[in-house]
Amino acid sequence: MNQSVDAKVVEMKQSVSDVEQLEVDGLVIDFALDNALFNRQYMRAVNDVSFSIKAGEALAIVGESGSGKSTCARALTRLYEPAGGTLRLNGKDINDKAAPISQGALAKQVQMIFQDPFGSLNPVHTIRHHLYRPIKIHMPHLKGEAVEQHMLEMLEKVGLTPAAQTADKYPHELSGGQRQRVAIARAVATGARFILADEPISMLDVSIRLGILNLMADMKDEGIGFLYITHDIATARYFAERTAVMYVGHMVEWGESDSVTQTPRHPYTQLLLSAVPEVGRQRDVKRADSKTKNQIPLWKPDSVGCPFVSRCTLATDRCSREMPGVKQIASDHFVRCFAVE
Amino acid sequence: MSTPLLEIRNLCVDYVTDSGNARAVNNVDLEIYPGETVGLAGESGCGKSTLAFAIANLHSAPALITGGEILFEGQDVLKMSEEELRGFRWAKASMVFQSAMNALNPVITIGEQLTDVVMAHEDVSPADARERAIKNLELVGIHASRMESYPHQLSGGMRQRVVIAIALILRPKLIIMDEPTTALDVVVEREIMDQLYELKEQFGFAILFISHDLGLMGEITDRIGVMYAGKMVELGASSELMAAPKHPYTRGLLKSFPTIFGPKTRLEGIPGNPLNLLEVPDGCYFQARCGECVDQCISAMPPLKRIAGGSERLVACHLVEKGELV
Repeated sequence: MNQSVDAKVVEMKQSVSDVEQLEVDGLVIDFALDNALFNRQYMRAVNDVSFSIKAGEALAIVGESGSGKSTCARALTRLYEPAGGTLRLNGKDINDKAAPISQGALAKQVQMIFQDPFGSLNPVHTIRHHLYRPIKIHMPHLKGEAVEQHMLEMLEKVGLTPAAQTADKYPHELSGGQRQRVAIARAVATGARFILADEPISMLDVSIRLGILNLMADMKDEGIGFLYITHDIATARYFAERTAVMYVGHMVEWGESDSVTQTPRHPYTQLLLSAVPEVGRQRDVKRADSKTKNQIPLWKPDSVGCPFVSRCTLATDRCSREMPGVKQIASDHFVRCFAVE
Repeated sequence: MSTPLLEIRNLCVDYVTDSGNARAVNNVDLEIYPGETVGLAGESGCGKSTLAFAIANLHSAPALITGGEILFEGQDVLKMSEEELRGFRWAKASMVFQSAMNALNPVITIGEQLTDVVMAHEDVSPADARERAIKNLELVGIHASRMESYPHQLSGGMRQRVVIAIALILRPKLIIMDEPTTALDVVVEREIMDQLYELKEQFGFAILFISHDLGLMGEITDRIGVMYAGKMVELGASSELMAAPKHPYTRGLLKSFPTIFGPKTRLEGIPGNPLNLLEVPDGCYFQARCGECVDQCISAMPPLKRIAGGSERLVACHLVEKGELV
């Protein structure tokens, strides 16, 4: 790994060791492309990704489909085994073989919200059942009436009132937005400190998306840390304090959301921002450089260089030989691009 | 822009269910002129896709067209025989569906899918059809060598380009695009929209563009219609409508998109949930979610009326009509 990243991580660890946080350090995840016994081919879905989420803060990961953003979240819940790097919850390695954290202890602290609220709730169970499960498993000290009370509190917290009536309903009786609220209630019912939200609003109607984002913002203010995965950079800026842009498994630019969106420095971030439709903007008749239309590469463990080189208008020979190091361009704004150096 | 290419008059489409009829499209009027791009905006379930399907007379049970007429160049699509419909669909009006994954047949090469369309509609030799197919693939930026590819061998963006090539191949006068880029990344979406506009300049077709993304719509359309619960609630020139929305629902929709470059303030979206079409209220359908709602909104349905001030804008709102909401 690059030396400057090492230094950065060490510095980060020292300054915030006493704060609740979820850290990802040099994460690498490979997926097998075949089932061969020998010479199995792999693709590298996530390559050398480092970030941290503190309690009460949100980090947005923005990128197109296949950029590895969901894979990062899944690794944090131990759904995928990393090929390299460490994942730490409040300083403790979650994949530590010597002193493992139990799946239950991890799940109590770190919960996920999925994209599809139609697929993530069991159609044959009531909302009550969906919320009883996490409460009974993760809050064993609650018994009888206390479980019901906690469940109703959670439903009220996510705005599903009257809670007692909602609890008796089945998922099909609720709208998409209401179902996503149930999914959020279920995630916070365990007392989770970190929520990994994987495109939580992209399948909802536009008019109710903001309601869900605002609900998550309120929970963030109460001290829950969020990893917000999205392809919509405008909502990333709206919801998250910090934004990281991923391209083909690599973090190419990250930092304070306003800095990244208002003064993007990586050519990919710039391309992404120029493509976003914005209310009130007129259609730009200027043709984009045809090079930006090239195919997205398949990243292999032995691939070298910058992943954006095939579509970058600024690419040089050096870009196809080595991956640029991390360059700090503002107090909280980092970019990996030779053109910035 | 004298005579409209497509005229929809008082169209009503119902979905017949066990618990009653749900009116998905409710007395909608819409005109599309040759070469024009009209946008239809609204959230899921507002009837915008149902309207699009009705234009090609593609509905089958449980959907039922219960009233109105759809005139394409003066001829009522709803009264056409099967034979006439075959000549109308695709040759005069074609469709691009939301999910390119499902729109293409996975077991047939894309070349075959393109040539099939030509052969089914025109009396041409297979060799000529193939040549047309290659020409059209190249129009959308796909190399002829891809003729033998199957859909799964193409990326999402390329598949959507193939779907556009198929929609274009008979040079229709109207292309109905139902959320054509929703499943794609923004960069690919932008490329496809740019390309579509180049082709539009070249061939001069009209587009009915259906989407929930008002930002994209404002950039590419000439006029926008906003639908809510099957009703057209506002219709007007894109630039005017985006700059000064009148109907409370349009205002709410426009405030539902966080901006990238604008100020960062807490936005509220629209409170409440979309209307259940089986339990429609008397009066305005938007009443339960509207912050401006007064007694009249609960008792009477506001008609879609031209607003004062010489503009072409149509709005269905009592308060806008009385000038109390500006």
